[in-house]
Amino acid sequence: MRGSVAVYGLLGIAALVAPLLGVYPVFMAQLLCFAMFACAFNLLLGYTKMLSFGHAAYFGSSAYITGWLVSVHGWGTLAGILAGVAVAMLLGIVIGAIAVRRQGIYFAMITMALAQLVFFICLQADFTGGENGLQGIPRGSIAGIIPLDRDATMYYFVLAAFVAIYLFVRRIVRSPFGHVLEAIRENEPRAISLGYKVDRYKLVAFVLSASIAGLAGSLKALTLSFATLSDVSQGTSGDVILMTLLGGSGTFLGPVVGAGVVLTLQQYLSERVGAWVSVIIGAIFVICVMIFRRGIVGEIQRRFAHRPPATG
Amino acid sequence: MKIQRFAILPCAVFGLVAGPAALAAGDQVVIGDIDDLSGVYADVNGQGGIEAVNMAIADFGGTVLGKKIVLLTVDHQNKPDIGASKFREWADQNGLNMLLGGSNTGVSIAMSKVAAAKKVPFIAIGAGGASLTGADCTAYTVHYAYDTTALANGTASVIVKNGGKTWFFLTADYAFGTQLQDAATKVALANGGKVLGAVRVPLGTTDFSSFLLQAQSSGAQVLGLANAGTDFSNSLKGATEFGITKTMTPAALLAFISDIHSLTLQTAQGLYLTTGWYWDLNEETRAFGKRYFDKMKKEPTMDQAGYYSATLQYLKAVKAVGTTDADKVMAELKKAKINDMFAKNGYVRADGLMIHTMYVMQVKKPAESKYPWDYYKVIKVMSGDEAFGSQPDPTCPLIK
Amino acid sequence: MTTVFGVPLPAILGQLMLGLVNGSFYALLSLGLAVIFGLLGIVNFAHGAFYMLGAFAAYIGLQAFGVNYWFALLLAPLSVALLGIVIERLFLRHLYRLDPLYGLLLTFGIALIAEGIMRDQFGASGKSYPVPELLRGVFNLGFMVLPIYRAWVVVASVTVCGITWFLIERTRLGATLRAATENAQLVQAFGINVPLIVMGTYGAGVALAALAGVLAAPVVQVSPLMGSSLVIVVFAVVVIGGMGSIIGAIVSGLTLGLIEGFTKVIYPEASNIVVFVIMAVVLIWRPAGLFGKE
Repeated sequence: MRGSVAVYGLLGIAALVAPLLGVYPVFMAQLLCFAMFACAFNLLLGYTKMLSFGHAAYFGSSAYITGWLVSVHGWGTLAGILAGVAVAMLLGIVIGAIAVRRQGIYFAMITMALAQLVFFICLQADFTGGENGLQGIPRGSIAGIIPLDRDATMYYFVLAAFVAIYLFVRRIVRSPFGHVLEAIRENEPRAISLGYKVDRYKLVAFVLSASIAGLAGSLKALTLSFATLSDVSQGTSGDVILMTLLGGSGTFLGPVVGAGVVLTLQQYLSERVGAWVSVIIGAIFVICVMIFRRGIVGEIQRRFAHRPPATG
Repeated sequence: MKIQRFAILPCAVFGLVAGPAALAAGDQVVIGDIDDLSGVYADVNGQGGIEAVNMAIADFGGTVLGKKIVLLTVDHQNKPDIGASKFREWADQNGLNMLLGGSNTGVSIAMSKVAAAKKVPFIAIGAGGASLTGADCTAYTVHYAYDTTALANGTASVIVKNGGKTWFFLTADYAFGTQLQDAATKVALANGGKVLGAVRVPLGTTDFSSFLLQAQSSGAQVLGLANAGTDFSNSLKGATEFGITKTMTPAALLAFISDIHSLTLQTAQGLYLTTGWYWDLNEETRAFGKRYFDKMKKEPTMDQAGYYSATLQYLKAVKAVGTTDADKVMAELKKAKINDMFAKNGYVRADGLMIHTMYVMQVKKPAESKYPWDYYKVIKVMSGDEAFGSQPDPTCPLIK
Repeated sequence: MTTVFGVPLPAILGQLMLGLVNGSFYALLSLGLAVIFGLLGIVNFAHGAFYMLGAFAAYIGLQAFGVNYWFALLLAPLSVALLGIVIERLFLRHLYRLDPLYGLLLTFGIALIAEGIMRDQFGASGKSYPVPELLRGVFNLGFMVLPIYRAWVVVASVTVCGITWFLIERTRLGATLRAATENAQLVQAFGINVPLIVMGTYGAGVALAALAGVLAAPVVQVSPLMGSSLVIVVFAVVVIGGMGSIIGAIVSGLTLGLIEGFTKVIYPEASNIVVFVIMAVVLIWRPAGLFGKE
């Protein structure tokens, strides 16, 4: 326990102090958005063992809705975010209801294909701007009081949201609801025989995950001031899977670490090596699946924790 | 405890990387090039464009106001988010003084918004969309080599007047395609023509067969190709393959010499196209063409020549006003006359559009071509006003 | 002129014809996927990449070694299948005892690597591959002009699909394969080398993808991205047909190509999504797919 408090303490200080040290706040905020996205995804993969292969659908559609309402219709920032999350939640309910009936790879295939459907709808719809995307999304202000135009202010806002969601996810996993999810993950037939309406629990987990992913998307749209087809694309879905795997699914900090590493790699490498970014990411996938299944944080926990890995 | 040590590592890594860039921005003049380096438009500009900018920097002497000139480049992969975020990052972190915009109107529109927000001069050369100096204009955007209005006033006008009254468009499904289709439609209608239909095609499509079939079943006389780069060459090849060019006249609304070269004169002969520059126009253009050819083994396209010219004009303006201050440089660019191998008596209008002579060309038949890259004959010379319109675009917020 | 839904008949026939050509590609590709999944339980996300590598094998063969199209039809699938077998031996083999999700993720990673390498070498835009001499020219069908090559694609795909179906469902080899998937240990006890069969089957599925790639090369231009956009549609086709069903893959592939073609005439904007909509409907009504066994 002592160890993890120290870790969180240091990370917290680093996060608060970073903009003052000259770290690019927009990049940090973007990182936190993706970390949130990965935490949402981990709720499904790590804690319920459901591999959603099209999670970008919720991330991106929320980004579009928020961006559109805020820039075209002049909605307030908070209202725009809430609307985006609501749409992501709705999508989660619809797609979840169809997908949850099946398991394992079938579930993955269905989520992937339905996400592709969302992609094409976003491509065709007028309000998304198609290939051009939504540009120049204004950041507005929090409840009309605190303007978010300064990059550092936006960063702290995203940081606050991230911390809130992180604590929320921990609460869910440790709650009775979370324990039922764990039971389903470990032995679904037994959970059914114990009388749990397994599909319902899975659907709730799915919708929660989709909603948080939506929040991450809305925040990203405001941070970077645009929402484009990349946000609903197969590439982004693949990215979040990689972040979670690499960081360690089934741990709390894993997705955060994974998001940090992947984004930093992409940022650092894109100018220098161009197409090799894909190759490196693919190689990391392969390595993670073959020999590094616990991910970075998972491996650390295994090596250095003297207690069972319920901490972290 | 060891846990902390390990947790610090990822933080440190991304802190170092995401932190302030190594460049000391103050003692350099930083020019950026964000372009499609590997996709549909890679041959129109791409590496050749980078080479052209380097030639310009070298010709200018490598320094301006005592500071070294540095060029940053990145591939936007036809994604507006990559273009916009890189521009923003270079402006925030690398002290960017000017951005050259390559192909893809959608990306350029996104980047023009960043230009306005960060107050960095943005010279759009590769993109065609006229809205860059219309609804999307900013005080910091210059649209340099050509635009969709000029293309329509050239190519569409010639084709309609030659009898091509009914049109069907194959349109690249993003800002450039739609604006080009709109411009050509306006010209067709103004000359007694009619548009029978249009179909939107995703950027990067390689198999146009179903779209071409739709065009054919419309019964239109003209196949309006509102696309460019490999989209253009693939759609034309498809049209030839399916025998559609026998019953419809293809309108190459935007074609570069790189496209004609890859299509070969056999396929492309007889096509009308509009361009702002051609390597074989006069002694000056030939001289530049030869220097470029020696390096790249191909003749330069209009865009690549535009990159060279725009870079020099910017550096001249900086030297003239003695500073890289964006407002002062923009004022100078809008004041000066542009007289170089790219344009004669060109000037930057109030809405940011560089007004200069445009040429309507026709692609020669194989028998008419006497030497390598001898592809065009000049059909019509349009003055700047004729090509771009004599008044600034009223939809531009700067013109009020 | 006769019209259906207000659209002239020649237009419909033309799009249906093109739809049949696309359908042949879908059928061939989903066949390879169904073979690999049905017989090995692996979701081969790298299928699109193998399709792309097959096309590139033909392109490189022609550019660097002067290998003509007809030889490429044989050599490209063989060489890509070899690569597939290497991947199976080095990576996939170790994942069989684990959750099938790992196989999916691994092949996803392999696809990224393959695409990235090709994109680095060749750029993202398409390379031209010429139609072979023998198949140039067109059939004038009246309602449209159909390039001979496209007709050849349909004939070749349907033939290969037919032969594969026959091999799996009607021959002793096929019976052995199917038995091995039901109960590997029992079949092994009969002295049959099951790992070898598994390796060979994966190779065969990959070869089918690569063959589709060679057939596609003159039509769609050889590009590193050609597989990634196609693979998701093919997965949807396989899900519709039933994930383990060979006949399901062939029939759904062809039918969906036709449906897509028809949609292009009456409601073009929906042509991209019609496959996914159908998939959602099929899943709600018949979760195992049209021909699937559950």
